[in-house]
Amino acid sequence: MNQLELTDKSGQGGIVITKIDDLVNWARLSSIWPMGFGIACCAIEMMSAYASGYDLDRFGVIPRGSPRQSDVMIVAGTVTFKMADRIRRLYEQMAEPRYVISMGSCSNCGGPYWEHGYHVVKGVDRIIPVDVYVPGCPPRPEALIGGFLKLQEKIKEEHIVAPLALLRLMGKNV
Amino acid sequence: MNFEEIVATIKQTIADDNVIVNIKSDVIQPFIELDANYLLPVCQLLFTHENLYFDYLTLVSGIDNGPEKDTMEVIYHLYSIPYEHSFIIKVTIPRHTNEPEKLPTIDSITPIWGGANWHEREAFDLLGIRFTSHPDLRRILMPNDWVGYPLRKDYQVQETYHGIKVAY
Repeated sequence: MNQLELTDKSGQGGIVITKIDDLVNWARLSSIWPMGFGIACCAIEMMSAYASGYDLDRFGVIPRGSPRQSDVMIVAGTVTFKMADRIRRLYEQMAEPRYVISMGSCSNCGGPYWEHGYHVVKGVDRIIPVDVYVPGCPPRPEALIGGFLKLQEKIKEEHIVAPLALLRLMGKNV
Repeated sequence: MNFEEIVATIKQTIADDNVIVNIKSDVIQPFIELDANYLLPVCQLLFTHENLYFDYLTLVSGIDNGPEKDTMEVIYHLYSIPYEHSFIIKVTIPRHTNEPEKLPTIDSITPIWGGANWHEREAFDLLGIRFTSHPDLRRILMPNDWVGYPLRKDYQVQETYHGIKVAY
């Protein structure tokens, strides 16, 4: 009888050939850690998406307690002008590469406060760059999961290249 | 005690015709309107009188009647937990529309009911009513460097806040 050794089962000693781009992108998109951060009712749906029913853990999405350990910020709720300064600071504290998911109508465009909401920033993209917009008021957990899948597609297309924009800023002719 | 009895008790104890400006009892929630100068003594009476004993301040709200009427109102909803009776006081104060530096002013009732603290801060924040001798009169909802009082009828929102455009 042909007995399989343990090393055969684990595949140890085998070789996988890939591109460094694909490897890094795969690692990044398989562990998108969001910042544990919610501002309004959308955060309830976000928490529901984290919890066992929808279980975002299976995508490697695990909320972190610090912006310095996070890859993505989910802006889940109404962004007031008082909060805007704090959001900008939290975003600046995140290490690059960093992404932003704008969750729900309020953070997309001001939502129901667009006309008379003197206190509401009419879209979080006025203060930080947004990668994925999730529509809804509030979006269901499925919609947020859809947002993460879109973000994964985006990360999949990234390349490891010299930071051209930065080099140009520094006066290098590239 | 019903509304009439409470009013009678106030009149009996503070025998001054100037105190109560108006009594409206034919509405769902009857109220009395006080002269602003007598707010504190009347509140003190309502709080300490053994038959009234209004130990709970439910709500302080402000109303802007607009630049034409040139007045603002402050309304106090009181409740007595042991007697289970309630009472409403209304005070009308000048709005000073033509002197933007001068805020509508009224005495703070925080020394009597500590719960008034944040209610008065909210009225200050959104309507710009100054409560004299309030222990900590700061904005409570809007940022400290916000310009203007948003719930005033003639409020004009600022163009930008910290470089962010405010309008849609």
